[in-house]
Amino acid sequence: MIDDDFHQDVASTLTLDIRNLHTHFDTRAGTLRAVDGVNLRIKRGEIVGLVGESGSGKSVTGFSVIGLVDPPGRIVGGEVRFQGRNLVGLEEEALRQLRGHDIAMIFQDPMMTLNPVLRISTQMVEAITAHEIVAEDEALERAHDALASVGIPHPEERLRDYPHQFSGGMRQRVAIAIALLHNPALIIADEPTTALDVTIQGQILAVVQRLVAERGTSLLWITHDLSVVAGLAHRVAVMYAGRIVEEGPVDEVLDHPMHPYTAGLIASLPSHNRRGTRLAQIPGMAPPAHDRPTGCSFRPRCARATAECEQDPPATTPAQGRSLRCFNPMPAGSQGGRA
Amino acid sequence: MTAPPAAPPPLLQLEQVSKRFGTRPGLLGRLFGQKDDGVQAVNAVDLTIRTGEVVGLVGESGCGKSTLGRLAAGLLTPTSGRVMWRGLDRDMLDADEARRAKLSVQMIFQDPQSSLNPRMKVAQIVGEAPRVHGLIGPEGFDAYVDAQLSRAGLDPAMKRRYPHQFSGGQRQRIGIARALAVQPDMLVCDESVAALDVSIQAQIINLFLDLRTELNLTCLFISHDLGVVEHVSDRVAIMYLGRIVEEAPAEELFARPNHPYTHALLAEVPRITHRRRHFVPIQGELPSPKHPPAGCHFHPRCIHAELRCKMEAPVLREIAPGHRSACHLNKLD
Ligand SMILES: Nc1ncnc2c1ncn2[C@@H]1O[C@H](COP(=O)(O)OP(=O)(O)OP(=O)(O)O)[C@@H](O)[C@H]1O
Ligand SMILES: Nc1ncnc2c1ncn2[C@@H]1O[C@H](COP(=O)(O)OP(=O)(O)OP(=O)(O)O)[C@@H](O)[C@H]1O
Ligand code: SF4
Ligand SMILES: [Mg+2]
Ligand SMILES: [Mg+2]
Repeated sequence: MIDDDFHQDVASTLTLDIRNLHTHFDTRAGTLRAVDGVNLRIKRGEIVGLVGESGSGKSVTGFSVIGLVDPPGRIVGGEVRFQGRNLVGLEEEALRQLRGHDIAMIFQDPMMTLNPVLRISTQMVEAITAHEIVAEDEALERAHDALASVGIPHPEERLRDYPHQFSGGMRQRVAIAIALLHNPALIIADEPTTALDVTIQGQILAVVQRLVAERGTSLLWITHDLSVVAGLAHRVAVMYAGRIVEEGPVDEVLDHPMHPYTAGLIASLPSHNRRGTRLAQIPGMAPPAHDRPTGCSFRPRCARATAECEQDPPATTPAQGRSLRCFNPMPAGSQGGRA
Repeated sequence: MTAPPAAPPPLLQLEQVSKRFGTRPGLLGRLFGQKDDGVQAVNAVDLTIRTGEVVGLVGESGCGKSTLGRLAAGLLTPTSGRVMWRGLDRDMLDADEARRAKLSVQMIFQDPQSSLNPRMKVAQIVGEAPRVHGLIGPEGFDAYVDAQLSRAGLDPAMKRRYPHQFSGGQRQRIGIARALAVQPDMLVCDESVAALDVSIQAQIINLFLDLRTELNLTCLFISHDLGVVEHVSDRVAIMYLGRIVEEAPAEELFARPNHPYTHALLAEVPRITHRRRHFVPIQGELPSPKHPPAGCHFHPRCIHAELRCKMEAPVLREIAPGHRSACHLNKLD
């Protein structure tokens, strides 16, 4: 069990501490519990991968952290502690100061960050002067260095370009350069490489990895792709139907998944199945957010479900540093990512 | 591995097929500084697809995969080159044969959302083409549609619904049911699983594998996911900026890649067993398809590039039985 001293110790190095977060959308179909009691911690210099089914609440979790949930969505409960300070309920102005300065977000579509009608130089200078009083030529120089640091060749020329003059992968790197301008303590990256081919994805992962190592940045990397998490992250959190159902160190979770959903995801990867054979598959589909089954939401798709699963599985600590919500965890020694 | 003389011609054969979008400005236009903004999306591609084979087509975004798929499916006509269907030039067929050839290659599109008519019910989407082409009469319509939907893993009870009432994975199944309803010999699957959840992706791949065995389907399987391509393909072609740069049986290609671009691709494939890798930034930039570099299109990103690579485009040559690669390093002459 974790004692109080340990707790104190951890708190001092924690960048992000999400506690029992609930974010709901009030829609005509009823209240949609997009985020339904999420707990997640990220230490300084730590990379956490957040994976899960489409619609499980990964993006809404990310948006909740930086206070960017649009109505009809709202945080109805819980805390988002950033460097010890609770951001839930903070004034919009205070949040705006944090966004882009202490906390940055990178989106799947770089055009959510970039303005199509402005030159890159204008956008980057604006991003700098929004948070700091800096002379324009100094801001330009910083913009130049930021582009160079994400591997854009000839930054002095490229600064004059508009977003459409860059390839998809370069645009994403420009968006990353902007996110990093102020040396944020926390970066939330929402599927930033999903649309890119593997060589360009590798370039971006190289940039991100170096920055985390050099600057002690904390990173929440949201993705569908367990293989990217394996290559990049220290810890992985698996989300299903608004909750984190399993969390822990990458090696442990991928090699010895305990939640049947995690185990199913890993087993269904083509690399885990002999070439040309049918893949192991999880039957059925994720339930819609407005109509989830009672008890464990994974129950209708789960081969290990028992009568007990009609109750809500509580979060447990099956091993040091791991957490789990399941009544019938996979037996020890069941196959994981090293199979 | 040359085919015995009596072997039937391949199902589909692309010979030096090119597709250019947009037109070159005329001489006068060029004199007045009008820019050539055409794109050579597909550039002199040779590709043979035999009956019953699954050929994977891989390459980065914008390299021309979908365009090549549409050319194969007869939805686009080549700017130059020939498409041979069962040994006959598809452009020389008479109207009736041409119609049959066209029906026999069906495409499943990258984006099921935009390729299904939102105002048509699923029954119509799936049953329309077979009815028009006389594959079914009015009496058999319902039973036929039900059978197609069940085969694609959809509940026939849902056939009165519209596409927007389905999930992404279900819409992809509708696309598959529609394609199979006209009893094609060949499918062109364009990124058919890319937009789907991991767990739904596995379900759709299994459906393909089952149908392939059941119907002896030939398939051109387009994807940028090398893990998926390796799993489903018999043969794999790697495309870079409009050209096929390497082609080999799947096992051979993944075990013994030859082209430097293929090497770069395979090195970057994320694998779940590969933990906390040290990612290495690739040097060089992705060139625009509008202005492909001279010589070998890959030379600005290639660590082995020599002077010759900047001047002269390498041609695809057989380097081992059934294994072709277009790289000057192979020094075959
Ligand atoms: N603006 C909104 N209005 C209503 N519902 C919303 C809104 N934004 C998100 N939701 C709902 O909240 C749930 C969680 O969505 P979220 O975007 O976080 O999923 P996700 O895990 O990021 O999925 P994906 O992998 O597809 O990006 C979904 O059911 C979604 O439909
Ligand atoms: N109808 C069109 N008109 C003009 N240009 C086009 C058209 N269709 C495709 N192109 C261009 O041709 C090139 C190849 O496009 P294509 O869609 O075949 O690529 P792709 O390999 O399928 O890419 P992705 O992986 O992103 O789907 C691109 O530069 C694209 O912009
Ligand atoms: S709690 Fe029950 S239904 Fe849910 S994952 Fe565990 S065994 Fe399956
Ligand atoms: Mg999302
Ligand atoms: Mg395409």
